[in-house]
Amino acid sequence: MLQVSIYRYNPEVDNAPHMQEFEFDTEGKDLMVLDVLEAIKAGHDSSVTYRRSCREGVCGSDGLNINGKNGLACITPLSETVKNDKLVVRPLPGLPVIRDLVVDMSLFYAQYEKIQPFLKNNSPAPAIERLQSPEDRSQLDGLYECILCACCSTSCPSFWWNPDRFIGPAGLLQAYRFLADTRDTATDERLSKLDDPFSVFRCHGIQNCVNVCPKGLNPTKAIGHIRTMLLNRAT
Amino acid sequence: MRTISFDGVIVGGGGAGMRAALQLSQSGYKTAVISKVFPTRSHTVSAQGGITCAIASSDPNDDWRWHMYDTVKGSDYIGDQDAIEYMCSVGPEAIFELEHMGLPFSRTEEGRIYQRPFGGQSKDYGKGGQAARTCAAADRTGHALLHTLYQNNVKNETVFFNEWFAVDLVKNQDGAVTGVIAICIETGETVFVKSKATVFATGGAGRIYASTTNAHINTGDGIGMGLRAGVPVQDMEMWQFHPTGIYGAGTLVTEGCRGEGGYLVNKDGERFMERYAPNAKDLAGRDVVARSMVLEILEGRGCGEHGDHVKLKLDHLGEDVLESRLPGICELSRTFAHVDPVKEPIPVVPTCHYMMGGIPTNVNGQAITVDEQGKDHIIPGLYACGEVACVSVHGANRLGGNSLLDLVVFGRASGLFIESALREGIELRESAQSDIDVAGERLRHLNESSGGENVADLRRELQNTMQNHFGVFRRGDFMQEGIAKLAELRGRVESVSLDDKSDAFNTARIEALELQNLFEVAEATAVVAEARNESRGAHAREDFTERDDENWLCHSVYHSEGKKVSKRGVNFTPSTVETFEPQIRSY
Repeated sequence: MLQVSIYRYNPEVDNAPHMQEFEFDTEGKDLMVLDVLEAIKAGHDSSVTYRRSCREGVCGSDGLNINGKNGLACITPLSETVKNDKLVVRPLPGLPVIRDLVVDMSLFYAQYEKIQPFLKNNSPAPAIERLQSPEDRSQLDGLYECILCACCSTSCPSFWWNPDRFIGPAGLLQAYRFLADTRDTATDERLSKLDDPFSVFRCHGIQNCVNVCPKGLNPTKAIGHIRTMLLNRAT
Repeated sequence: MRTISFDGVIVGGGGAGMRAALQLSQSGYKTAVISKVFPTRSHTVSAQGGITCAIASSDPNDDWRWHMYDTVKGSDYIGDQDAIEYMCSVGPEAIFELEHMGLPFSRTEEGRIYQRPFGGQSKDYGKGGQAARTCAAADRTGHALLHTLYQNNVKNETVFFNEWFAVDLVKNQDGAVTGVIAICIETGETVFVKSKATVFATGGAGRIYASTTNAHINTGDGIGMGLRAGVPVQDMEMWQFHPTGIYGAGTLVTEGCRGEGGYLVNKDGERFMERYAPNAKDLAGRDVVARSMVLEILEGRGCGEHGDHVKLKLDHLGEDVLESRLPGICELSRTFAHVDPVKEPIPVVPTCHYMMGGIPTNVNGQAITVDEQGKDHIIPGLYACGEVACVSVHGANRLGGNSLLDLVVFGRASGLFIESALREGIELRESAQSDIDVAGERLRHLNESSGGENVADLRRELQNTMQNHFGVFRRGDFMQEGIAKLAELRGRVESVSLDDKSDAFNTARIEALELQNLFEVAEATAVVAEARNESRGAHAREDFTERDDENWLCHSVYHSEGKKVSKRGVNFTPSTVETFEPQIRSY
C-alpha cells in the first residue's frame, strides 16, 4: 500500500493548511504521480485540487513538490520518487497557495513578461522567412524548450527571497533565448533592462534549477552567458 | 451578474484562438481571450511533427496546388475545395509571419525552414513521388508555435482571462450570439462577457474516447455550448485515429518518425504497410495506416503477450538523427514505453487523435446553420476556428501537419474578417435578462445538485461506450447498442453530483461541466456515425465497406433538436484551379 500524503488548504474553510493521508493500492504498477492524484480525485475525494492538462510533460501545468523535489507529476514515475511506500505531494514552494496544490503564479509570469519574451527586429521583414544557419539556430537548443512549469524558479532561494526583483531562472533562460537568437536585434536594449543588482546578479549559481528542470534544461548556464554579456558590455 | 464588454471575445487560448486574438489586438480592437488553462498549457503545445505548407524550401518547385490535391484526396473528397484552396494558397504567408514573429523553426543548410516528409503528401498531383512539405521545429513544432503566439499576444497587450471557463452561449431573441457566460475558476465569480464577435477556438474533444492522444482538457466545450444553443455540427462521425499512440499510455508519437524513415512492423518483424499501400507504404493516409494496423492485430500478427499492438522501428535511423530530429520522441518513448528508440522499436496502437467535424463555418470563420430546406444561414455574432470548426478542410480524414496550418490560417482569417467587420461598424447586439438567465441555467442546476452520480464514473462509462461501439471499425447493430447506452446515460450525466460546492478553484465543478460537453459530442458522433451508411476516410463500416458517392458525397449535419441528421453539399468550385473530381483513393 502506498501512503499518499497531500497538502490541503481551502481558504473558504481552513484556517491553516494540513496534510491529508490516503492509502492507495497501485496494484503493483509503476504509475506516474499524476495517475495517483487522478485516481484519488476520481475515487476518494473529488475536492483534491491541482492543475493538469497534457499528461505527457509538455504543457507545464502540474509542477509540484514531490517527496521534497520539484517536478512534473505526469512524468514522475513512482519508482523514481517513492521510498518506503511514502509519497508526499505539496504545492510548488515560495508562491502563494490558492487552494491545495494550486499556487498563484502571477509573480512568476510577471517576471517572464518583464524580459519582453518576443522577437524584436526592426528591419523590414523579407517576403519569405528570415534566413538563419543551422549553427545559429542550434544556439536556441536548450533554451526554447522551456514549458514555464516554474519548477526551477520555485526551487531557487534567490527567487523565494526576491520574487519581485530577481527575474528567476525561468525568465532568465528566456531572456537568453532572445539574446542568443541571431534574428533578434535588440541585444543592447535587452541587456540594459537586465543591468541592475537584482535582475540577474541575485543568481548565486547553486543550480537547484538545473537539478529539478523536467526538460533537462540548464538555466544556470544561460545566466552565466548573460553575466558575461553584461560584463563585456561594461568594459 | 457583472457584465464585461469587448469588441471581440475569443474562447480558447490554443493556436487558433491566439492567432485570431493577435490579429484583432494588432488592429487596436478591444480583444479578450477566455482560456480555461494558462494559454501555453493548451493542447496545441503537444503537436509534434510540423505544419504542412508549400513554402518551397525543401523543393524550390513545390506548388500549393499539389498540397491542395493531396488534401482533397486525403479528405476522401468531402473537404470543401474553396476552403482547401484558401488554406493551401494563403498558407505560406501565414508561415512566414510566424517565422517573423520568432518561431524557432529548424533550418536547412541554406538557412531556410526545414521541411520533412509526412503522410499523404505528394509532388505533381500524386505523380511525382513523396513530398517533404512539413515545416518543423524539431519534433516540438506545436510547442514552438504556441509559445510564439502567446509571446506576440503579450507584446500586443491582448487581455487574457486565464483559468476562466466559458459555460454557455448567450443568444438573443433574434438568434444572434451576444457573448458567453463565463466563470472565474479561481474565485467562482460568474460574469456575462458581452461581445460584438464571439469566436469559438475551443479545440477538440478526444476525451470522449477511453484511449486518446488528447490532453485531459480536450472536452469539446465549444461543441457542447453550440449544440445546447441550437448550433448544428458537421461531419461528427469523422474521428481520426492516429496510427502511433504509445501502447498503454496513449501519448502521441509523431508521424514525422515515419517521415524521417521509421516504419511499422508486426510480430514477425514484417514491414506490413508494403502490402496495404505499395507506393506510400508507412506514409499513406492516417486512416489507411490505422486500419491496416488493426487488421494485422485482428489477424493474429500483433506484438506482445496479448498480440494487441504493433511496433514502430526507428533504431536504423541512428542516434544522431533521432537525437537531432526527434529528441522529444526519444524522451516520450523512454518515459511512457520504457523503450529507448535508439535501441528497440516502440510499441504503438491506433489512438483517437483528432475531430475532423465541428461547427460548420465559411472561410471567414462565420458559423453557419442549415435550415429545413438545406439552405445555409450565417449565425450573427458567432465564429469558430481551429479543431472545433469544420470549414471543412479535412473532410473525412485529415493529413498530418494540416491541423497546425488550419488553425493558423483560419484563426488569422477569422481575425481579419472580424477586424474589417468592426471597421465597417457592427453594433453591440443587446440581449434581455431572460436570455442571460437561460444561458446560466445549466450552471445553476449543477450548483444546486444533490445526489446523482460521480463525475469520474460517468466519464469512464461514456469513454468506454465510445471506444467499444464507435472505434476504428464500425457496424450498424453495434452502433445502435451504443446509441441506446448513451440515451440511458444522458439523464445521469445531466443530474451528475457536485459534492464540492466551494468557490475557490473548484476543479470538480469544471470537470462536471466538461463531462456534459463530452456527452453532447459523443451523442452527436454516435447518431451521425450510425446514419452514414458507407465507408469513407476515417469512417469505416463493416456492414457498408464501400464508399458511396451517389448518396454520401456530402457533409452530414447533426441538429440537437430532435437529434436529426441532414446532408449538406460539399464545395467543388475552387476559384483559381480546376475542380479535383472524386477518384478511387489509393496510396
